[in-house]
Amino acid sequence: MKHVDLLIIGGGPSGLAAAKMAAESGVSSLIIERDTKVGGQLVKQTHMFFGSEKQYAKTRGINIAEILINDCKEHDDKISYMTETTVVGLYPDYVVTVMDRNHKYSKIKANTILVATGASEKVLAFENNDLPGIYGAGAVQTLMNVHGVLPGQDVVMVGSGNIGLIVSYQLMQAGVNVKRVIEAASVIGGYKVHASKLKRLGVEITTNMTVKSAQGNGALESIVVQKLDDDWQFIPGTEEEISVDALCISVGLSPLSNLLSMVGCEMKYVSALGGNVPVIDHSHETTVPNIFVAGDVCGVEEASSAIVEGYYVGLIIGNRLGKTHPHYERLIQDFTQQLDNLRSGPFGEKTRSGLAQLRGEQHA
Amino acid sequence: MLKTTGVPDKALILTRFPDDVILGKPKAITECYEPIPCNPCETSCPFEAITVGEDINTPPKVDFDKCTGCGICVYNCPGLAIIVAQLKNDKAYFKIPYEFIPMPEVGETVHAINRAGEIIGEAKIEKVTLRKKQDKTALIDVSTNTELIHEFVTIRRMR
Repeated sequence: MKHVDLLIIGGGPSGLAAAKMAAESGVSSLIIERDTKVGGQLVKQTHMFFGSEKQYAKTRGINIAEILINDCKEHDDKISYMTETTVVGLYPDYVVTVMDRNHKYSKIKANTILVATGASEKVLAFENNDLPGIYGAGAVQTLMNVHGVLPGQDVVMVGSGNIGLIVSYQLMQAGVNVKRVIEAASVIGGYKVHASKLKRLGVEITTNMTVKSAQGNGALESIVVQKLDDDWQFIPGTEEEISVDALCISVGLSPLSNLLSMVGCEMKYVSALGGNVPVIDHSHETTVPNIFVAGDVCGVEEASSAIVEGYYVGLIIGNRLGKTHPHYERLIQDFTQQLDNLRSGPFGEKTRSGLAQLRGEQHA
Repeated sequence: MLKTTGVPDKALILTRFPDDVILGKPKAITECYEPIPCNPCETSCPFEAITVGEDINTPPKVDFDKCTGCGICVYNCPGLAIIVAQLKNDKAYFKIPYEFIPMPEVGETVHAINRAGEIIGEAKIEKVTLRKKQDKTALIDVSTNTELIHEFVTIRRMR
């Protein structure tokens, strides 16, 4: 059986960042990635990122992926990869089972494991929500920005969080007509600068509205939307039919934490963090010693935070394995401060209260 | 209402504009009204004219004495929330960010668009700049009527 010091499950922003810091500390790692290449969801982000320079602000996501991948390449002797490989089991004896691109199963044993599996898109229940033409917004972004395929010509976006607003803008850039963005809540969920950007393009954003049903013969042809009151109940008589050939659902993400449940980590349902998340301490270690987490799997946030969390946990794991980074203290302090800064505004409130709830602390 | 439609109220917009005398020179109008964690406007400004500060959630503040209206912040703002405005020779001049292809051409007449996405008049493309360092966000110089100084925000090509 293969044996590694650090096994990283997921080659997205936090996994890559952790591999870099661990390598700088002197620790070798193996990154397991189910996609054909590493980079995670960053590879489809064509917009400039927010944050500060330290988190590569104003750089487009796709270029941030390149930076992180190149940083890891500088440690080729310490970082290895298995792509198109899926982790199918994580066990208490620190053995993971993987299925590779040839559908061959094998086992790998690790001294420490970082679960950086990210999150997946939530779905919405409505009549005929399985018609072809109904997509997750993230899936549309992959289809369009990675594979160059348009999802349709006339689109309605359900959900006005940052993903919904950004993907709507990118659809418009690709020449797709975004007929409307609808939002069930009474206010726009994402950054208002994204909303204003769409509004300037003539895209209508309607709050207190959701999709009630979809119609189509074999594929999506139209949807019925309806107004909601402040208790999220349909207001009778407000149905409106919109003809579309694609519908994007962008109603949030939930952490991909199944492997952590499987290995017996204590889990907690924290709605503010997106769903079922592992109970962790300040070093991002789960209740199973030497199993760590970073990124969306322990609470859905922006990719900027996922990168910083990855760096932070990479340092901690190095230290745990007896290989302390030469600038350990300074960097830990720096990354902690960066995370606090990213989470300190009103948009960080959800994460702050979620983390407090997870740690059983009183939240101010 | 910004929170429900994405369109800022007139009163809110006016908080970001200096008076017309100051606008005799080009000045950055930062339409970033809510606290979000972001500061490239501050770090990209070569004249230290924009301040966000230690807490990067603080909305930017422009020092109009220092701002030269160069437009560097316009293409560095990840939210595309900055334009440069100027009143000169009985015309309103703007520098706006633009991320659509095909790009408009110099001399082309385009629709002038307000913050609600409505056509409010005509505008003329004066200059199109897209250098490598702009990372695919073009900077477009455009002129229109002075009455549109607080209304104009972007262009739409006529087809």
